[in-house]
Amino acid sequence: MAEAFFTEQHELIRKLARDFAERELTKEVLDKVEETEEFPEEILDKMAKAGFFGVKIPKELGGQGADARAYVLVMEEIARVSGVASIYVSSPNSLSGGPLLLAGNDEQKEKYLRPVVTGKKKLAFALTEPGAGSDAGGVATTAVKEGDHYVLNGRKCFITMAPLSDYAVVFAKTDMKAKGNKGLSAFVVDMHASGVSCGKPEKKMGVIGCATSDIIMDNVIVPESDRLGEEGEGFKIAMQTLNTGRLGVSAQAIGVAQGCLDEAVKYAKERKQFGRRIGDFQAISFMIADMATKLEAAKQLVYKAAYMMDTRQDATLNASMAKYYASEICNEIAQKAVQIHGGYGFIKDYKIERMFRDCRVFTIYEGTSQVQQMVISGKLLKK
Amino acid sequence: MAVNVLKDKCKGCTKCVKNCPFSAITMEGKLAVIGAGCTGCGQCVEVCPFGAIEKTEEEKKEKDLSAYHGVWVFAEQRDGKLMQVAVELLGEGRKLANAVGCELCAVLCGDGVDELADELFEYGADKVYYANAPELKQYTTDAYTKVIYEAITVYKPEIVLLGATHIGRDLGPCLAVKCDTGLTADCTKLEINPETKGIMQTRPAFGGNLMATIVCPNHRPQMSTVRPGVMEKAEKIPGRRGELVKLDVAFAAGDIRTKVLEVVKSAKEMVSLTDADVIIAGGMGLGKPEGFEVLQKLADRFGGTVAASRAAVDAGWIDHAYQVGQTGTTVKPKIYFACGISGAIQHVAGMQNSGLIVAINTNENAPIFDIADIGIVGDLYKVIPAILEELDKVPEK
Amino acid sequence: MKILVCVKQVPDTNEVKIDPVKGTLIRDGVPSILNPDDANALEAALQLKDKDQTIQVAVLTMGPPQASYMLRECLAMGADEAYLLSDRAFGGADTCATSTTIAAGIKKVEGVDVIFAGRQAIDGDTAQVGPQVAQRLGVPVVTYVQDIQMKDGKVIVQRQMEDGYEVIEVAAPCLLTCVKELNEPRYMSVGAIVDAYKKDITVWNHVDVELDPKDCGLNASPTQVFRSFTPPQKGKGEMLSGTIGDMAGALVGKLVEKHLI
Repeated sequence: MAEAFFTEQHELIRKLARDFAERELTKEVLDKVEETEEFPEEILDKMAKAGFFGVKIPKELGGQGADARAYVLVMEEIARVSGVASIYVSSPNSLSGGPLLLAGNDEQKEKYLRPVVTGKKKLAFALTEPGAGSDAGGVATTAVKEGDHYVLNGRKCFITMAPLSDYAVVFAKTDMKAKGNKGLSAFVVDMHASGVSCGKPEKKMGVIGCATSDIIMDNVIVPESDRLGEEGEGFKIAMQTLNTGRLGVSAQAIGVAQGCLDEAVKYAKERKQFGRRIGDFQAISFMIADMATKLEAAKQLVYKAAYMMDTRQDATLNASMAKYYASEICNEIAQKAVQIHGGYGFIKDYKIERMFRDCRVFTIYEGTSQVQQMVISGKLLKK
Repeated sequence: MAVNVLKDKCKGCTKCVKNCPFSAITMEGKLAVIGAGCTGCGQCVEVCPFGAIEKTEEEKKEKDLSAYHGVWVFAEQRDGKLMQVAVELLGEGRKLANAVGCELCAVLCGDGVDELADELFEYGADKVYYANAPELKQYTTDAYTKVIYEAITVYKPEIVLLGATHIGRDLGPCLAVKCDTGLTADCTKLEINPETKGIMQTRPAFGGNLMATIVCPNHRPQMSTVRPGVMEKAEKIPGRRGELVKLDVAFAAGDIRTKVLEVVKSAKEMVSLTDADVIIAGGMGLGKPEGFEVLQKLADRFGGTVAASRAAVDAGWIDHAYQVGQTGTTVKPKIYFACGISGAIQHVAGMQNSGLIVAINTNENAPIFDIADIGIVGDLYKVIPAILEELDKVPEK
Repeated sequence: MKILVCVKQVPDTNEVKIDPVKGTLIRDGVPSILNPDDANALEAALQLKDKDQTIQVAVLTMGPPQASYMLRECLAMGADEAYLLSDRAFGGADTCATSTTIAAGIKKVEGVDVIFAGRQAIDGDTAQVGPQVAQRLGVPVVTYVQDIQMKDGKVIVQRQMEDGYEVIEVAAPCLLTCVKELNEPRYMSVGAIVDAYKKDITVWNHVDVELDPKDCGLNASPTQVFRSFTPPQKGKGEMLSGTIGDMAGALVGKLVEKHLI
């Protein structure tokens, strides 16, 4: 099935991630995460040791030196068992690590990237604002240069892991006169610096256990040495980061979808009605056939996008297609899996209830399905 | 002995490939090819719909095996007490000896355990080979291997049986290599082939998914270990006597290369699953370690003991000593309650010979119901209290 | 110091199922895994290496070429060297013949001081190969080891017994077979997997380990499989029905009827 894109080394990485997920992310642990809204630090420490936080980061920067396909496999296998756990994996590999890897100088990589990919520090990616969602050009946060430092003011919202983070990469306007996407720059902000505060963690529908909140900056002083790249390069850094980020979300989506399919198949074999296994009814069995077929199609899109990145081909279009399709069909598969579970799918005793909620955000964050459609059609209709 | 594919009969259906327990068969075009992993087990011969696979016995050079006589049982003792498994082996050994038409002997090692020899006679041993030395008080691999190996070379038994205890499973392999013979572990059934008078040893493999009957045609002695609790105990005939043969024991410096510094008995109660008449076993369906307290109440009512499936042990709810199954203890109580146990084959392997199996499970499709004598679909936390209530209604005898 | 760990690739017997109609083994999709007890043996060696970086850990197996996958896994857990004994002539071996081949392989590995092995493999559950290898190498063996301490060439271990344990002293070279209570095997890491595929696995055949084909494999196996079969399934019993009270009553009634209480 997937063999075309993978080597034996990849399969061993998949085995590692699968064994880890099955052994560590037990139902008891995940139920507790939902209840307390906190993810256990000791599991994060074990993930760091297993190298999940720096899968494709080069070894000399503290990473594992594997590739995009390995990253996809780790994400898929972790998400198959727990959506929220996969967010902790994705963050350092893509959104947090990305800007540093793309634009950081050696000193910045050493200071910020290494601790992040080895699990010692957490770093948030702060682009979205109340007035700047899909339209990153609407960023209103400002960074005004004063001597050897900048003064930042503004408010970021829906920032994943903000209350847990040691640092955040903040995108702010440095050129107030520039229009739209221009004039943005990226900064590493110390979350403990004076003037930085977090809003109340949001009450979310799914992926509970990974606090999301606002970041409010009130005259925060950021040294010039913490600016990533040149002034005005912020938008490029953000977009390039999101480009690889899409691959992570698409991998999450096929993972959760696989988990949903597994649960649905298991339940369809166990549950008896009218004297037969419900899977013996065509209404159910055809649903399962559809789910499996769409999942397989999504996997091929995701694996191919990763393969293209590894072989240094332009994967922008493919990553968007993978993110768009995988996140949409994941929701469809989860919905059908709940349907197959009947009333039991609606109560928290069964895993499927959590999976259904967890995957809802996949078509929304890191570029909504509609933004992906824009990217895809834009590429095709470009003159 | 070899398994061969008859090229003209093979249709390339791949049935043998799928059924080979060792993944030793591959397809080359439309032809099945037996590879290096083949152990000659013959599964493929049975499944082939076309009779295209045959097993041939190669005629080996006949070794002179006629010098070997008698069935020996290793009479394992600890702290001067005979292990129950030795009595079970004497029971089984007697049947084998009768089938072969030879003597039943016991090999006893220890330090001043003379009275055990009498006990062995009473359990049916015709002869007891007795090695008596201070070095043999406590089991060590080297000392016991040396003494028994020397006795085997001198007295040449044709069959040697050992209990599959932590001692027997240590001693057996070492003896087998020294005697240059085969050893079959954890046998559940022993028979004598009426024609060859050789032993046929049946044992589970693949976690109990497959049974294999093993023979040892050209080497002597034929050796087996047998798990405790599997065979019927020998009957004790008080006052029965036999011949005591004292073995010469001499150790030189360096013969015994390990030193037992300390023996620690675990503080936990000795769990005697093999002796229990009633066992109340729990699995993942308990949902929590406290579930065993509920089982204990039922066990107390019956004067039985609690036990567990591997899943419950792996979950850390109860000590490994309570585990029933392929990798735990084999039991055959009069009544076995399987509570919240799905009935994985590896568990079933350890309890299927129980007298009466009662299964309680919420999942009506759990495989445990396929082997249970009485099945109750329901929540054990409700069913067990109800059973206790009903038991209270039964008039005292 | 070098610790050699004997490992085996086995089918995951938990995943093996019986076809309920035909009564045959279903092997499709059954994964091959590193034998669980062997993983504990490797972990024990790696923990000693964690404490003393001069310790080298080698892993050795006998099996088909595909067993190299499991050896990569061992390397990715932290082993330094891997050896694969693979030859058509080794096939079909019983424990006795297997121990001859493995002992011959170990003799060819340079500078082995201590040998670890798992207590038993889950496909055969015999627990024989470990002690038999020790006999063939002429080194002392301790089986069922649940704790290992090493100092000044002395090895102090706890040997698990049914009702407790023994503390045993033995001198290296020796062979220890390990039980799962010894430790919790570590995970590989992504980076270590990447590195594992840069290492070489040494593959040896019967010529390399100086064995005559008549002394290994099926030819040198005293025991033979006479036949194999799937265990007979016991017939389905009676399912009780009614309320919980009814069922409990019916059960107790049956126990009384059968004179079991």
